Amino acid sequence: MKNIHIQNGRLVDPLAGTEQQADLFVANGKIAGIGTAPAGFVADEVIDASGLIVAPGLVDFAARLREPGNEYKATLASEMAAAVAGGVTSVVCTPDTDPALDEVGLVTMLRQRSKTLDLARVYPVGALTVGLKGKQITEMALLKDAGCVAFSQGDVPIADLQVLYRAMQYAANYGFELRLRPEEASLVNDGVAHDGPYASRLGLTGIPVIAETIAIAQILQLVKATGCKVHLARVSSADGLALIRAAKQEGLPLTCDVDINHIHLADVDIGFFDSQFRFDPPLRAVSDRDAIVAALNDGTIDIVCSDHAPVDDDGKLLPFAQAERGATGLELLLPLTLAWASRNSISLPAALAKISTVPAKALGFEAGLSVGMRADLVLFNAGEAWQVTPAALKSSGKNTPFLNHEVVGRVRHTVVKGKVVYSA
Amino acid sequence: MINPQLNAQGELIHLLTTEGLSRKILTQILDKAAEFVKDGELVNQKFSDLAGASVFNLFFENSTRTRTTFEIAAKRLSADVSSLNIQASSTAKGETLLDTIHNLEAMGANLFVVRHSESGAAHLIARHVKPGVSVVNAGDGRHAHPTQAMLDMFTIRHYKQDFTKLRVAIVGDILHSRVARSQIHALSTLGCPEIRVIAPKTLLPTAVEQLGVHVYHDMAEGLKDVDVVAMLRLQNERMSGAYLPSTQEFFKYYGLTEEKLALAKPDAIVMHPGPMNRGVEIDSVVADGKQAVILPQVTFGIAVRMAVLSIVTANQRSAK
Repeated sequence: MKNIHIQNGRLVDPLAGTEQQADLFVANGKIAGIGTAPAGFVADEVIDASGLIVAPGLVDFAARLREPGNEYKATLASEMAAAVAGGVTSVVCTPDTDPALDEVGLVTMLRQRSKTLDLARVYPVGALTVGLKGKQITEMALLKDAGCVAFSQGDVPIADLQVLYRAMQYAANYGFELRLRPEEASLVNDGVAHDGPYASRLGLTGIPVIAETIAIAQILQLVKATGCKVHLARVSSADGLALIRAAKQEGLPLTCDVDINHIHLADVDIGFFDSQFRFDPPLRAVSDRDAIVAALNDGTIDIVCSDHAPVDDDGKLLPFAQAERGATGLELLLPLTLAWASRNSISLPAALAKISTVPAKALGFEAGLSVGMRADLVLFNAGEAWQVTPAALKSSGKNTPFLNHEVVGRVRHTVVKGKVVYSA
Repeated sequence: MINPQLNAQGELIHLLTTEGLSRKILTQILDKAAEFVKDGELVNQKFSDLAGASVFNLFFENSTRTRTTFEIAAKRLSADVSSLNIQASSTAKGETLLDTIHNLEAMGANLFVVRHSESGAAHLIARHVKPGVSVVNAGDGRHAHPTQAMLDMFTIRHYKQDFTKLRVAIVGDILHSRVARSQIHALSTLGCPEIRVIAPKTLLPTAVEQLGVHVYHDMAEGLKDVDVVAMLRLQNERMSGAYLPSTQEFFKYYGLTEEKLALAKPDAIVMHPGPMNRGVEIDSVVADGKQAVILPQVTFGIAVRMAVLSIVTANQRSAK
């Protein structure tokens, strides 16, 4: 293992909430020194980090890696390369693969494959029900032993409340966390866009906000009844956030996240049926988008994730309602989080906490810059602009609403387990 | 945002929706259509506006009337017309949609008339056709049916002349209606001061008032003193999905009868885009009555479609 000396960087530690100009020393896959080298340290590799921020590697709380089953859209290799190019050193992958991550063998294989690639770390979320069908709960404890960090239904909510109730009881029994996307399927039906004036104008079938709030209200009651730890994924509405804010004040064991697209976009951005803006949950009203930003600012929203979804052109070159949902995001997590921070005068440590320290804590490790912590690092230029083009993206997914936009914040080096895995 | 319907000179090259088009362009369509009508009848003559042009009618969704009138319109303008009925099954992949378009382009298509069950399909096609090829939307999902709306505008202008003094009521299933949306945008742009929609709450789009309409749930109130009653077709599917309990109940409260029509102005006209469901949204006595202008609408539909085909083709050709 190499000893790395990172010189002249600006160390931003979201865990400690500090910023300082100092050198950082890496040895044996850990942070070995800050400011001064540990005794006997001889650098095998020196990185000049002048003008760069040195921070804990990013933790992406939700990404679809498409393996197994959809390798034509993306492979683990392509998406892991995208992750480290985006400064993401830990990727939480969702269970909605084909087959779903509902068996120990599948989880073991995925972890083995990612280990061989030796790029970012992969944290699989196991399927909560077999085949994500919402009927039979999976072998959660065995899946946990195999390495699953939590359990989820992906984008397919459990329709049967009895099943959800039992699943939460069972998860609570072991202290497992469930990551649930709050959505009442019967109210989504064939909806494809936020049920508001813009969808009415375009003649797109609406998904009302109550599809989210009713699901949240149900989940909150079930949390009270079972004590199950729940993370609400991809909250999209002001009303939904108000329910979560109140529940958190009440002291329920609850966290939530939002994805990078919903922080910046709203339904009106769909323009003339642009399928790049097809998301699940849908992009909601501008007032909802503003509420998301406010909830991020006040801490109601704990985590920002990419909700990475590689979609090929065939999936997007369709009428809006038929187009595949989602966007590539691993390489946009950093710049789009920085964009939120700079627009809202959020400090760099506070912004980075949402994409490193806080999600890391949920995964059970500390992401900071103290001696002894894992040397998973991102070195980036916080002021450098780059254009989001297909060629600039390592991910197999080239589709995003931000295609051809200029974004600010460019990753220069990524270090995982004390090894430089990406440099640009 | 760039209007995808216009070229760099601001001229109409695709007709996708009535929304976002200027009064000048809408009036140009109506004036051009008027050239093809004399004394309420189509001018019985062939024109050469589309000579040498290859028009493809692409109907991914069933239609008899609209397809036939587009065919007649294109033929009267001397175009070569091909009509394709492509049943878009629920599993049909959209690549097929754009693949179909590119294949037909390779066969020399100059203009596509497209009907599709998905909102935005015509926009998608217009974004991907070669320069110089036009797209005319013959109905996309719930979104737009601009030639229907323009033939309605033609009909209104024919009988009422001045849009700026009219009260227009659109009645029925607004939620699922591309006709209603296109009518509302066209009427607003042409200066109609009072557009009303009358429907039960289950058949109204969310925040419909933001389209600039007054909302009524009661026929007696909504029809009072209107100059134009635009009825909409009620699909039978609406009885499932909990939109409505029965056609009988709908007819009693929202069907247009002589009695309800009497609340409108005495010279009010009654329109319907067809095909009609007699006894569901409209009583036969009204449909066949002296205030109904439903058959002239069909005639004017050909003139309006001729006008649209002629205008977009001329604008494409002058750009070359």
